[in-house]
This record gives sequence, structure tokens and C-alpha cells, in this order.
Amino acid sequence: MTASSNAPGLVSRYGADTAFMTFVALLMGFLYVPIWVLIAFSFNDSRSLTWPLSGFTLDWYRTLWANGDIQAAVGNSFYVATFSTLLTLLVGVPAALALNKFHFPGKTMFRRLILLPITLPGIVTGISMLNMFRLFGFNLSLETVILGHATALLGIVVTQVFARLQRLPKSLEEASSDLGANPLRTFFYITLPNIRSAIIGAGLLSFVLSFDEIPVTFFLTGRDNTLPMYIYSTLRRGVTPEINAVGTLIVLASLILIILAVIVTRERER
Amino acid sequence: MAAIIELENLSKHYSSTIIGVDDVSLSVEDGEFVTLLGPSGCGKSTLLRMIGGFEAPTHGRIRLAERDVTWDPPYKRAVNMVFQDYALFPHMTVGENIAYGLKMMGMGRAEQRTAALEALTLVGLADRFDQRPNQLSGGQRQRVALARAIVRRPKVLLLDEPLSALDARLREQMQIELKHLHDKVGITFIMVTHDQTEALVMSDRVVVMEQGRIAQEGKPQDLYDHPVSPYVANFIGTTNFVPATVADATEAAATIETAAGSLQVLLDRPVAKGAEMTLGFRPEKTRALAEGEAAENALSGHVAEVIYYGLGVRVSVEIADGTRLYVDSLLADALARSTVPQVGTKMRVAVEPHNIFLFDGRVAP
Repeated sequence: MTASSNAPGLVSRYGADTAFMTFVALLMGFLYVPIWVLIAFSFNDSRSLTWPLSGFTLDWYRTLWANGDIQAAVGNSFYVATFSTLLTLLVGVPAALALNKFHFPGKTMFRRLILLPITLPGIVTGISMLNMFRLFGFNLSLETVILGHATALLGIVVTQVFARLQRLPKSLEEASSDLGANPLRTFFYITLPNIRSAIIGAGLLSFVLSFDEIPVTFFLTGRDNTLPMYIYSTLRRGVTPEINAVGTLIVLASLILIILAVIVTRERER
Repeated sequence: MAAIIELENLSKHYSSTIIGVDDVSLSVEDGEFVTLLGPSGCGKSTLLRMIGGFEAPTHGRIRLAERDVTWDPPYKRAVNMVFQDYALFPHMTVGENIAYGLKMMGMGRAEQRTAALEALTLVGLADRFDQRPNQLSGGQRQRVALARAIVRRPKVLLLDEPLSALDARLREQMQIELKHLHDKVGITFIMVTHDQTEALVMSDRVVVMEQGRIAQEGKPQDLYDHPVSPYVANFIGTTNFVPATVADATEAAATIETAAGSLQVLLDRPVAKGAEMTLGFRPEKTRALAEGEAAENALSGHVAEVIYYGLGVRVSVEIADGTRLYVDSLLADALARSTVPQVGTKMRVAVEPHNIFLFDGRVAP
């Protein structure tokens, strides 16, 4: 009796489960198949990107190793991403702290102005900063790119850190002060440990965004190229297997970064 | 004993119309357990936070052990606070939380550990030293917060609604424990609460606050037996209020007319004949009268409702003008005297003259 009454329910539930799993599989495919294709072709023993794969080779990684331009571009990208991230953190974290702690006239306006660069298209940020640098007679270089990226990314750091600060009970800092810690010690012993994972997260995100940024870089760079710019310029000659090899290495590096981030923040939770 | 805390005309005005604390002067003696009692928004928490240094007063001065600390930041005051949400540091173990205040004093690591463990033992949680606050129950967190505050041996311990987050049973238990802890450590406690039972059970002295001012202060029993205003009478315990008019008055006593009959009351101040007054008396300071029983002061009305609460019965008596009065009697007592009332029947209630409060004017608290 129970079996017969349950049967239709089971069937429809099974159907729903299948539909849901199919949807998830499609979504995952949509997200990750391109990356797998990239990785597969980076090991493919053929210059042309055609299916089926013809054989396994590490040649593209060897040519990559010998290609000075790519190496310089990767170096430049790391340089730009590292320093623009440091710069945004240096400006963004204190800005978030000020927003959280102090009440001053025009605070809302200040907050919106800081967040504005995220919503501005990179082209606008790029052109306007280009004009500014010209006006002041700066030479374009990787350093101007760093300034440009830092400006564009500031909003990310401020929003992330500010959101975390807002969730931190005010009483924690009060308790620290009550227990004899001056404001500096309260910051290092209480506030910083509690917003550390937000800072790390925002820093990683800034790093990745800066690493593959094109529009701002396009306007603000001098003679040096970052990796995305280099790839973009070689694309005119078509996608070469070396590019796939670079892409695969970047995927690997990102994975390592993500795992590191998870480990670091886990450690904090425990 | 000397005053450890002296508040001198302390005020906190947020704006000309929004007033948190208004001209409060209070002196707390060394070792006393004082409770600031009042409904939310009466300024009791603001007052406590000003003593702790978290809010600056707009007028007046605060002296701690005869030193003016009005403008000192919290980290320079020898007071410690137990926060309403406990404010335990989530990224530290219980032991580190307690040792934090000692570390800030520059105490050596080994001594920190010993003192922290000792404080934790005092609140009965020595085995939780290495756990994180989020692994503890509400009551345990409360104890850790206490240990963290008293380990610094402050001159005064401030407690901001310390028991409000606990369930009823645990709250009752902690009331007694806190009182014992106070006796054991000998530190002055100043507690804020909106719970009158808590205030009565725990404190040496209760300060009732109303709209930023002190409505009345005194020993719990004095407040209960001699409230100066309907506000206090109503906030501490339950009080019946009856509109009344002075019919005749001598220096020490007066005859007062109410809708339920005329009553004799004792006077602590002169009243004019014909003055409009409000009477107040406690439900438990009454006695249901048996049929034909004579009494000095008797009110009469109809039984509107009988509420049974285990230990006794509370009878709601409606008098001629529609006012309802509560009359409490112990059940055993009522049964023995066969005065367990039926709804709708007539009932007479005796109130002794010295159990009647007399307030000026027709006041509805």
C-alpha cells in the first residue's frame, strides 16, 4: 500500500533530481569546458587548433621557456599586479577604517566617490588618467599603470573591508579599550586579526583583476607590455599553442593562490 | 567607608531636546553593589557608559577614588565592564581573552597564565582555558566575561544588563552567583538592569531612573515599602492605584474617600482637606475579609477574576468606579479562612493604614 502510494512521488522526485543534475552539469560544462580545451591544446602536438588531438608534446612549454617577450610580459604583469594591490590595500584599508569609525560631514558622499571607480568602465578611467598624466607631464610607464589599477581597484578593497568591519561588534574594540589597550594596540590585537581574511581576500581579488586588466593598461602603459596586452597583440596572428601554454600556467598559478587563500583563512577560523 | 565613585551633576545632552542623562549626582561606596534600574531609554546604560569612559558627558564630573577621570579614555580608568553581548574576542581562546587585560598591564607571561587560570577557577570554568568562546554556552560566556573583567582587580566593576541574554532558570542561578562573587572579590559592582527582581535580589542599593534623572534611590526594601512616586511604586513590584479625595485631616492621619469606601491613612506630610490624591497599596499587603468580619480599613467591590498561580490566588476586584484592584492571598490561608472567592460575588478587602502610599494628585502611572 505504502509502496504504491509512494511510487509516483518517487518517480517525480527522481525526475526532478535528474533535471537538476543535468542543469548543474551543463552549468559546470559552460564554465569549465573552455579551460579544459585550453589545457588540452597546450599539450597537443600540432600548430593548428583542430580536433581531434594529434599527440602529446611539451614543445610549446619549451618555446615558451625560450620566448623572452612572454617572460618579460609575465614579469611586468606580476610587478604591476603586486604593487597596485599593495597600493590599494595601503589606501583602501585605512579608508574603510575611517568610514567605519568616524562620522564626518560628507561621509556618504566620500563613500560613494570611493566606490565610483568600480562602476566606471575601464576605458573612462584609462582615458581620464591618461589626460591627467599628460597634463602633469608624467612619462607613461608601468608605474603609471600601477596608479591606474590602484584607482580602479580601490573600491573593491574598501567595500570588502568595510563590510567586514560593519559585521564586527563595536563592543569588541570597547572591551579592548576597557581592558587597558590604547587605540594602536586595539587595532593590532583586536581589529586587524578580525578583518585579516577580508583584507587577504580583497588583496587576492585585486591581484587577479589587475593581472588580467586590459583597458586601463592600454591607455597608461609606456613601452612595456603586461601579459594580457602581449597576448592581445599576438592574437592578430591567431591563437598559438604557446598562448595556450601560458594560459595553462596561469590557471595553475591561480589554483595555487586560491588554495593558499583557503588555507590562510581556515587557519584564522580555527 | 569612602566613596569610590562620585558623580557630580552629570549630564549627557545629545541635543537641546534629546537628553540621555540629566543632572545626576550619585555617590557609590567602596564595596557596594549598586543597581541602576529603569525601563529602556531611561538613561541608565548611558550613565554606566560614561563611568566606563565610552561616552563623554556634556556637563558634570566623574571622580574615581577621589581622582577626576571625567576626560580619561577607558584604557586609563581602573574600572572594567561586562558587556551586554559579553564582547569576548572570537579569535582568542578563553585563556587569552582573560589574560588580555593583564598583558596590557605589562604582566609577564607566566603570571598572566596563573592569574587567568585563577580567575577562571573562580567562575568554575578552569577546564575551558584552551577553548574558543564560540564553543561555550551563553552562561559560560557570561562567566568568562566576568572573569576577564575581575582579573584586572578594577576599583569598580560595571555590568551592562549582564543576565539579559540568559534563559529564566539560568538567570535566577546567576543572580545568586553574581551576588556571591561580589561578596568574595570585594569589588564595587555597578549594574544596569530593567529587571526589578534582579535589582531587588542582588543589590545593596537600587537607583531607579526615569527620563535621565534619578527617581529614587535606596535599599531594596525601602524602595519597595516607601516609594516616593507612582512611577517607582509601579516599577518595583505591583501596586494598586485608587483615586481618592481627602475628607478630613489631622497632623498625623487623614480620612480619605474612595469609590470603594473610606479609609484611614497615616501622613508623613500635611494634606489639605478636599485635596485630590491617589492611593497605592501592594496586592500582597491586603487581606480578604470573611463574611461579617470587622476591619479598620475595608474596601468593597465585586470579584471580577480569580487567577490561580500555585502558591496562591490573585483576585481582581472591581470597585464602584470601575477600577480593578489586585488582592493576593496564599491559597492555604484562603482555604483555611474559607475566603476563596467566586467570580461575581461581593468581596471586602482590608488594608492596614501603614501599608498605604499616598501620592499627590490624580496620577495614572
